[in-house]
Amino acid sequence: MQAHAGPPAAHGEDVSLVTRLRGGDDEAFELVVRTYSGRLLAVTRRILGNDEDARDAVQDAFLSAFRSLDRFEGGSLLSTWLHRIAVNAALMRLRTRRRKPEESIEHLLPVYKDDGHHQERFSSWTEPADVSMTRAENRALVRRCIDALPDTYRTVLVLRDIEELDTEETARALGISGNAVKIRLHRARQALRTLLAPHFRSAQS
Amino acid sequence: MTCREFADFIMDYLAGELPADAREPFERHLSRCHNCHEYLAQYKSTVEAGRLAFQHPEEEVPADVPADLIKAVLAARK
Repeated sequence: MQAHAGPPAAHGEDVSLVTRLRGGDDEAFELVVRTYSGRLLAVTRRILGNDEDARDAVQDAFLSAFRSLDRFEGGSLLSTWLHRIAVNAALMRLRTRRRKPEESIEHLLPVYKDDGHHQERFSSWTEPADVSMTRAENRALVRRCIDALPDTYRTVLVLRDIEELDTEETARALGISGNAVKIRLHRARQALRTLLAPHFRSAQS
Repeated sequence: MTCREFADFIMDYLAGELPADAREPFERHLSRCHNCHEYLAQYKSTVEAGRLAFQHPEEEVPADVPADLIKAVLAARK
């Protein structure tokens, strides 16, 4: 996400920390791992959808970052640089892990009558999202629903709507066409709406 | 425009990428079809909820990291 906003340049403390890392300072390595593991775990967790793979990806990310310390040029924050490496490590794991048979998403998409009208009558949700999402239990519910989406759709939704990569970046990351990204994102959002609706619509309707 | 066609255009509409010749019938359908009006509102809420589920300021606090993960990373570096 930071990639778009013109990331702020590294703080002086980032630069000196990286200098210590380059010098092989054990304490500096421990400080970096302790400081950033939680954030990176959150990133890889949402891309991979399970804890075990997410932890492996964090490990991959740190090792890859430590191997490429020479490439940290101070043009971005250390946190931004590590975030990007963690996204790539998670995507790499996603590509290499044994593919589960793809689940269908059709049953979560809108159903239409022969004349093209919706079969379902949609009733309003009780609260706008910015209000309902102030509650931690609702945020946890939405995360569970996102995790319930088939991999192919979850990853596109996470990369586009949460990591805020653009269509082309997402297409490159997943090795699919921009058009496939758009189709999958639209379907993923529609499926997520179906999963959220029973929880968010007003009780009386 | 049918509700099915309307739904197909939602993402481009929200991204401001719907060409003018599709935008006019889209907005006409939106003003006349209460069900699609509601569907569009829910679609927008879904995108917003997805983003906030992870990016809400209270979620910025990193998750607890298992101590063995930190150990494993530091050991693997050696």
